[in-house]
Amino acid sequence: MMKNCEYQQIDPRALSVLPSSAQNHNEKKVQRPRRKWEVFPGKNRFFCDGRIIVARQSGILPLTLGLIVVTCGLFFAFDCPFLVKHLTVFIPVIGGVLFLFVVLSLLRTSFTDPGILPRATPDEAADIEKQIDTSGSSTYRPPPRTKEILINQQVVKLKYCFTCKTFRPPRTSHCSLCDNCVERFDHHCPWVGNCVGKRNYRFFYSFIISLSFLTSFIFGCVITHITLRTQAGKSIVQAIQESPASVVELVICFFSIWSILGLSGFHTYLIASNLTTNEDIKGSWSSKQGAEDSGNPYTYNSIITNCCATLCGPMSPSLIDRRGFLSDEAIPVVSASEIELPPFTAKNDSHMCTQSTKDVLERVVNSFDSHSLCPPGTPKTSPLSVEVSSATAPSAEASPLAGCSRQQDGQPVAASCPPFSRNSKRDSLHSINPAFRLASPSPSMTRATLILGDVPDLGFIPLP
Amino acid sequence: MAETHSLQDLRQQPAVAAKVFLQRDYTHGTMCQFQTKFPSELETRIDKQQFEETVRTLNNLYTEAEKLGSQSLIEGCLACLTAYTVFLCMETHYEKVLKKIAKFIQEQNDKIYAPRGLLLTDPIERGLRVYEAGSQTFQLVTTKSRVPETLYLD
Repeated sequence: MMKNCEYQQIDPRALSVLPSSAQNHNEKKVQRPRRKWEVFPGKNRFFCDGRIIVARQSGILPLTLGLIVVTCGLFFAFDCPFLVKHLTVFIPVIGGVLFLFVVLSLLRTSFTDPGILPRATPDEAADIEKQIDTSGSSTYRPPPRTKEILINQQVVKLKYCFTCKTFRPPRTSHCSLCDNCVERFDHHCPWVGNCVGKRNYRFFYSFIISLSFLTSFIFGCVITHITLRTQAGKSIVQAIQESPASVVELVICFFSIWSILGLSGFHTYLIASNLTTNEDIKGSWSSKQGAEDSGNPYTYNSIITNCCATLCGPMSPSLIDRRGFLSDEAIPVVSASEIELPPFTAKNDSHMCTQSTKDVLERVVNSFDSHSLCPPGTPKTSPLSVEVSSATAPSAEASPLAGCSRQQDGQPVAASCPPFSRNSKRDSLHSINPAFRLASPSPSMTRATLILGDVPDLGFIPLP
Repeated sequence: MAETHSLQDLRQQPAVAAKVFLQRDYTHGTMCQFQTKFPSELETRIDKQQFEETVRTLNNLYTEAEKLGSQSLIEGCLACLTAYTVFLCMETHYEKVLKKIAKFIQEQNDKIYAPRGLLLTDPIERGLRVYEAGSQTFQLVTTKSRVPETLYLD
């Protein structure tokens, strides 16, 4: 009888390995091929079936958009009629064109993949591990690994990214807010709500340049408007009373002009010298030693070439292939490192949902290794019965944990489950879904490395 | 018995791939180039000249894609003037070359590598980080079925 129970309950999980068998929610998964964005490990959000990518924290993008739209709206509604009457009809036309340009560039910057590098596949990561000498146990974080290479006769250090499990290409940096390595990382812009990197730097630059023009233009027009009103014999106070919106616009433009113009100037300098904000701030190539060696190895030594390279250079496609379909073999056979997720983040299920998709939890529930989460001493039937009950409930994330805690008499799940995640049984399972696998901030599959918690070395902010 | 069969299925793992990774070569900057060093693991499987020729051709194709030529400049200026909306209807030069590269790799796999039980993976599938040569047969299904269009929806 016990045997019957046991093997009935193994069936759903065996069937998740062999997708041809029909089982309730496995059916749904097998029938609908999933796209890669659904299992993307970074902290990004996707819209329109993967066509639009934004950072998880949209920052103050709504504020930016709001300010621009409100200011321009006030301008067109209150200042333009007067100016058209007294000056020329081209004023709203120019304003309109600039406004359109600004909004399009802003949206393009926010919604474009900045140059995210996909994380290393398990095979790649293992290959890199083999090439690195590891010393010390895996329970403490080894010193940051670096690799020195020569770029244009200059020594450049490549750092190893513990999250992405690869040596970062030159000029690549890991953004802690988005939890991605970004090529030619400039900075993470909260105004735009996205990282600024190789693929969207030109959009960002055109945004700030056009915004400088727009704010200067509106500022100038509003000043002209008020001046014209006062010239008609009224005092300034009267003029302002007739057109209060102009004051609002003046204030907004006045305060933004300094920062926007400053930023535009700064980025123009960066482009002309082929630098990124990141490199400039860190002083990576500053010639403080006065030696030739510490010059920027990426510059073409010509302002025009540098500008062309950055702004008009070839537009590389997105490397993360958001809308590609997951290949069949990538559909989960879940490895234990993914199963570790719920125990580690028992309190943060909602975060895990958004970070590594709800499929993580579905798979955990369906996985046949979840019994490894619970103490080995407990009889097989009890964790499995817990597993089945959780498998049938759609919002099942709490159930395996609840089950575990039941087993351990109310001990906190997070405390007791992690040790069992290093169970040797884990190694017998092999996840073929690299992107999904590497979503978990958990010990890597090769024991030789790394950290529990897997903190990348650039100020990674762990999940709150 | 049915039970043991299920347990064996559970413990079944896919065949471990013998894969060789060729890393990027950054000596000339951040341009996409791969190291032409011939990996020792492939010594018995393929001719060194042949392999190096493949990698060299690949490097040339990537150079062409990333070249700062007149075509990319015109494309860039046009895009800037149209607030980058032109990319919604036009394929970039880079994407065109990537398609050429995909075709080239497929050709090479068909003619040279598959008969020797090897498979080259298009580097774009590994984020242009590595160039992978593996002997795992089930990969034949995944890499070749990649539809180029899926790369470029942005």
